[in-house]
Amino acid sequence: MGILNKLDNRVEQFESGNIIITSADKLLNWSRLSSMWQMFFGLACCAIEMMATSASHYDLDRFGIIPRPSPRHVDIILISGTVTLKMATRIKRLWDQMPEPKYCLSMGSCANCGGPYWEHGYNVLKGVDRIIPVDVYVPGCPPRPEALLEGLIKLQERIREQSLAKKQA
Amino acid sequence: MAELRTEELTLNMGPQHPSTHGVLRLVLKLNGEIVDDVKPELGYLHRCFEKHAEAMTYPQVIPYTDRMDYVNAMSNELAYVLSVEKLLGIEIPERVEYIRVIMSELQRIASHLVAIGTYGNDAGAFTPFLYCFMDREKVLELFEMVCGARMLYNYFWIGGLSHDITPEFITKTKELIKYLRPRIKQVNNLLSYNKIFIERTADIGILPVDVAINAGVSGPSLRGSGIKYDLRKDDTYSIYNRFDFEVCVGTGERGTVGDCWNRYIVRAYEIEQSLRIIEQAIDKIPEGDVQSAVPKRVKPVAGESYVRTESPKGELAYYVVSDGSLNPYRVKARSTSFCNLSVINQISRGHMIADVVMILGSFDIVLGCIDR
Repeated sequence: MGILNKLDNRVEQFESGNIIITSADKLLNWSRLSSMWQMFFGLACCAIEMMATSASHYDLDRFGIIPRPSPRHVDIILISGTVTLKMATRIKRLWDQMPEPKYCLSMGSCANCGGPYWEHGYNVLKGVDRIIPVDVYVPGCPPRPEALLEGLIKLQERIREQSLAKKQA
Repeated sequence: MAELRTEELTLNMGPQHPSTHGVLRLVLKLNGEIVDDVKPELGYLHRCFEKHAEAMTYPQVIPYTDRMDYVNAMSNELAYVLSVEKLLGIEIPERVEYIRVIMSELQRIASHLVAIGTYGNDAGAFTPFLYCFMDREKVLELFEMVCGARMLYNYFWIGGLSHDITPEFITKTKELIKYLRPRIKQVNNLLSYNKIFIERTADIGILPVDVAINAGVSGPSLRGSGIKYDLRKDDTYSIYNRFDFEVCVGTGERGTVGDCWNRYIVRAYEIEQSLRIIEQAIDKIPEGDVQSAVPKRVKPVAGESYVRTESPKGELAYYVVSDGSLNPYRVKARSTSFCNLSVINQISRGHMIADVVMILGSFDIVLGCIDR
């Protein structure tokens, strides 16, 4: 049974097979990490790699990650590219429109720290973490699709360890 | 019944919009569903390329040219490298010229596949996007085999190349040519001659020839209007004059000449022509050292040079001014997408909102190239 495999031994199943017992945390985390909807939002070069990752060869769909155009539908925002000062206010606004719980993945050197535009880029924000909280950083210029996939799996692992009782780190 | 009060509506499209191909903002003035005025607002991806170039040495600028038009990085490198080589006045080995042509044409195929795939996506057809990206992945594999990078290569050096090609590359390229021909037909069947797609694009956004020329529109967008203008033929550079290929134009096979469908189909035709060029070049690559002409120190005498090339999107040129030092005094990029975008207001007026998406997509803009 798919759900039971995903919850990996964290459930107790009764003999009839229709009733399972698990904690609310585990069930919520499992459902959150298995359907991380991503915002259909590309900034720069990394967006092309993001598209390549969601296309047939790397197939993001198998992780339950599908692109949605509206920030109100999504759980995760991929900051895929250079954040300029003009765009920074818009990204903050998009982030504020996303419903909780929400996660942010910073993709590529530009979003992590300014990347190649660090020194002379007078219009480039030196890291998207200056405006919104970032959960996972993926290095690379641009990161390969495999690297992005690993970042997303790391984010899934992080969500798996979440708890309702203690505050989200 | 009392008169209905109507008023003009201002609608904001972007910068976060799935069909603006990046972070472009269009301010639409609407009369009901009809578009009265389109004002593109730029600068959301201004990454200060030209200022960067002043602080870098000549070879250090090449990675930044990659990141200008990131869908066709090789063509950007080629234009910049040719411009600096003209300034230096160095002779390039034959082998390098041939490999450069092959790489540029492979990149043209990859870029057009992205253009076709995302254009289908704009129209609501998701399947062609998946097919196009599958094929693009095969082209990227070749690039990766040669220089290790998938998208942004830093492969063309001033006077040469960073790596030589291997015999395996040649066999793989030949296989790719065989593989791609039927795939292009498949994409045409899936998308180009699809009735719904034709309904969405034919007779929409007709670009008149005089408007196109006055605004400096070039590349497939200009050829869609029926003008046979291709810098590879008309102002030939590198060794393009040695190859036999046709300049594809929109013929009005469906719709009218100059509409979205004709602009789109030029790209599908051009993939075939690029395959022809690669076929001719791949067997003739002479032996040689690809780094024999690479200068130890790039320090041109004071002067300036301007080289224009035909990138997949149109006329791409770099103007390089040297003051005799190690850093360029000024590097100006003539960006293709910027000029192509400038006609959008004129040709979108009177169309519906949904058509603006199709018109924008038919120019195949890349915001990195527009904002620089």
